[in-house]
Amino acid sequence: MQVTTTVNGEARTDEVEDRLLLVHYLRDVRGLRATNVGCDTTSCGACTVLLDGESVKSCTVLAVQADGREVSTVEGLAAADGTLHPVQAAFRQEHGLQCGFCTPGMVMACVSLLKDNPRPTEHEVRDGLEGNFCRCTGYHNIVRAVLVASGQDPK
Amino acid sequence: MSIMGTRVVRVEDPRLLTTGAVYTEDLRDPRLTGALHLTFVRAPMAHARILSIQTADALAFPGVVAVLTAADLGMEPMPPAMPMFTQTMTTSLLATDTVRFVGDAVAVVVTETAYQGQDAADHVHVEYDHLPALIDLREAASDAVLLYPQAGTNTVFAMGPAELDPELFAGCEVVVTQEIVNQRVAAAPLEGRAAAATIEDGRLIMWVSTQAAQDAKGAICRWLGIEPETLRVITPDVGGGFGAKIGADPDHAVVGAVARHLGRPVRWTETRSENMVAMTHGRGQLNTVTIGGKRDGTVLAYRLEILQDAGAQPRIGAVLPALTTLMAPAVYAFPKVEVKARSVVTTTTPTAAYRGAGRPEATHAIERGLDLFAAEIGMDPGEVRRTNLLPAFTEPHTTATGAVYDTGDYAVALDKALAASDYPALRAEQERRRAAGEEKLLGIGLSVYVEITGQAPASEIADVELRPDGSARVLTGTSPHGQGHATAWAMLVSEETGVPMDRITVEHGDTDLIPVGGGTFGSRSLQQGGAAVRQATRELVELARQRAADLLEANPDDIVVDTARAGVHVAGSPDAGVSFAELAAKEPLQVHTTFTSPGPTFPFGAHVAVVEVDVRTGKARLERLIAVDDAGTILNPLLAEGQRHGGYAQGVAQALIEEVRYDPEGNPETSTLATYPFLGITDVPSFEPVDMATPTPYNTLGAKGVGEAGTIGATPAVHNAVIDAVAHLGVRHIDMPTTPMRVWSALRAAEAAS
Repeated sequence: MQVTTTVNGEARTDEVEDRLLLVHYLRDVRGLRATNVGCDTTSCGACTVLLDGESVKSCTVLAVQADGREVSTVEGLAAADGTLHPVQAAFRQEHGLQCGFCTPGMVMACVSLLKDNPRPTEHEVRDGLEGNFCRCTGYHNIVRAVLVASGQDPK
Repeated sequence: MSIMGTRVVRVEDPRLLTTGAVYTEDLRDPRLTGALHLTFVRAPMAHARILSIQTADALAFPGVVAVLTAADLGMEPMPPAMPMFTQTMTTSLLATDTVRFVGDAVAVVVTETAYQGQDAADHVHVEYDHLPALIDLREAASDAVLLYPQAGTNTVFAMGPAELDPELFAGCEVVVTQEIVNQRVAAAPLEGRAAAATIEDGRLIMWVSTQAAQDAKGAICRWLGIEPETLRVITPDVGGGFGAKIGADPDHAVVGAVARHLGRPVRWTETRSENMVAMTHGRGQLNTVTIGGKRDGTVLAYRLEILQDAGAQPRIGAVLPALTTLMAPAVYAFPKVEVKARSVVTTTTPTAAYRGAGRPEATHAIERGLDLFAAEIGMDPGEVRRTNLLPAFTEPHTTATGAVYDTGDYAVALDKALAASDYPALRAEQERRRAAGEEKLLGIGLSVYVEITGQAPASEIADVELRPDGSARVLTGTSPHGQGHATAWAMLVSEETGVPMDRITVEHGDTDLIPVGGGTFGSRSLQQGGAAVRQATRELVELARQRAADLLEANPDDIVVDTARAGVHVAGSPDAGVSFAELAAKEPLQVHTTFTSPGPTFPFGAHVAVVEVDVRTGKARLERLIAVDDAGTILNPLLAEGQRHGGYAQGVAQALIEEVRYDPEGNPETSTLATYPFLGITDVPSFEPVDMATPTPYNTLGAKGVGEAGTIGATPAVHNAVIDAVAHLGVRHIDMPTTPMRVWSALRAAEAAS
């Protein structure tokens, strides 16, 4: 089937297998390999991207379902001059990442969370990120990073 | 101004946050162009004889290049690598005649694309003759069913006295005993296992997601029967390991075998469902603790009997009881300690290291046991611990099991943790809720721990080069996979030389570039790898001083380091100087050195956990974790705290939530992340780390290991807290994980008994 998507602002049409998952389309067809696959049951959130601005787990979306829609991945987040997005900058400042595998999905989930709730409480941050697993950080510094990215002092 | 001990943000992060890391699956190395995809065909049952393998149907699927079995690849059963294991327990990389756990590799399908592999693998028809499953550890120890009939036993490894001392508890006023399950858990790094392989100039080149490239190379050479010079292992970015990626697994070697067989590049990235059954699991001990002592709280004797689940193949897990044995005396001055250990095979996934690897089990056994002892004599758990702690020491202390602790001050750690938690106020609140009959009860749990870090290997290399362009390159034998060595090692070089952090690159994990190296595990990296980098840098600066003396026609003793110019100058004459870059332009400025530690180091600490248990549902929630972790001098608090947080979470996970489960037929019940209760962000609070730093004299950094501290301290503290919450209702012990069902059942049982 043909699929026409705009990924990080770049529109393109590709011929894909019907069953191709969006995450594999992004990685293998579009060459955007920051987004990772951490499980096969939609549990871990490593593959989180934005589809028309809403966070989705791209292992559970077919590439063809993205037809005519806009996809945002972590590769498109920083400014053209390389300036990190506030969420990226806060993750670095607060050491919200270690091995980096969950990070692209986690960052996109945080971007989506802050769009919906620009000044979340710690409880709201945790509720909002329930679908994203991290094995390294114990989540402590991820929570701090989101609070910092929203202009709050995490103490 | 010194950057030592400061919160330097990571140099690794901009790349990881923008383009993402390059994990094995992300590699687009030209040598892997056109790489075939390997898919394992794995046993769907716990124990069976293989009667036949039919590959014709699978071969007919689109894109299938080959379907290969042990026979096709010439794989023969081999004895276990460790000489202390029962050598007749032989296994091959792909099963030859018997499968022994769900997930055992039987064949591989090699296809043009990954999706094709999944399609075809279901059509490799393996005819099995069922054999009995062996899940229960005591049943395994009875040898009623043998997993390796030729061995005549299920015991892989045993240590300790042949007979238990019948007089061990003589003279004790109180003796408590309890069987304690230290359940099997999954390491579950978010990146599963992966490898890629190709042939270049007759050599096998392998990319492996590993914590130790040099170990991986050794293991793969042994399994494939090839010479070391014919294999190069390269470590791409690694998405977590937690002990389960030390070296290589047989599955990695299969990838190499297939590349050699076909003469084409091959790649493999396991799925999560595959990872949950085929990557080694951690823990898996059944421990019987017996503690005897006096009613004033003094413990006179401690016995620990360990039964370790090795899983279906003798791997690292089978030897971990040796570490549990070594650390059994813990932080205490018990006059008598007796430990007896045995590892047995079962029809389950093999076990190996997992964050702590044998030491969390030792700490958990004694810390849970001490709470039972405290409950029996009606004494506060903090008081019982204080009564038995070793006094502070600055000279090495040798324990009953032969461990030589470097430095320790356990009472201060306990005091700090109790003070930071406001322990008396917690006890008062607990009492208030109990008296008021509230449904949400408070539980307070303690642990005091000491662990061994940097045990083996004791040496690490570093190679530091200062270059004519003003940059520096560091080669390290450690293998970071989230720990931040690129930042930490650059701090060490920058501190000594003045070369800016952003001009320092750190390379690791390529066996051609770094033939000797220990990798990253056992909390060894900073105290050995970091110490080596500092040593190399200091030797390099010394070399530069000698060369500068010749150049500047000065006495070497008068040449001082000038970090402002990243060079040296004549003392008192800042203008008479030369930069390292200028020196390097004249002659390469490089030092390769090896640091050897005089011994392992013994970090310690104390944790206080506060949980809330809902008596209606049995649900336990961690409210607070206050943790003193003394890992010696801290190089970068940001990184050290990150290690502690991650450890706490995994420790909490074991106490409250996570467990790998099998049904009686050996079928895994937790083989996906939908069924394995992986700790999530809503399961934990923000943590409350408390600082304490007692330097070790074993390296110039004063550093001990910190990577596993959190796991070791947190599990028993949280576990004890859950039981403490309901102890007044007659509950004495609940095994981990303390799920709502377990807690609720214990409450009902206590109610029925009263």
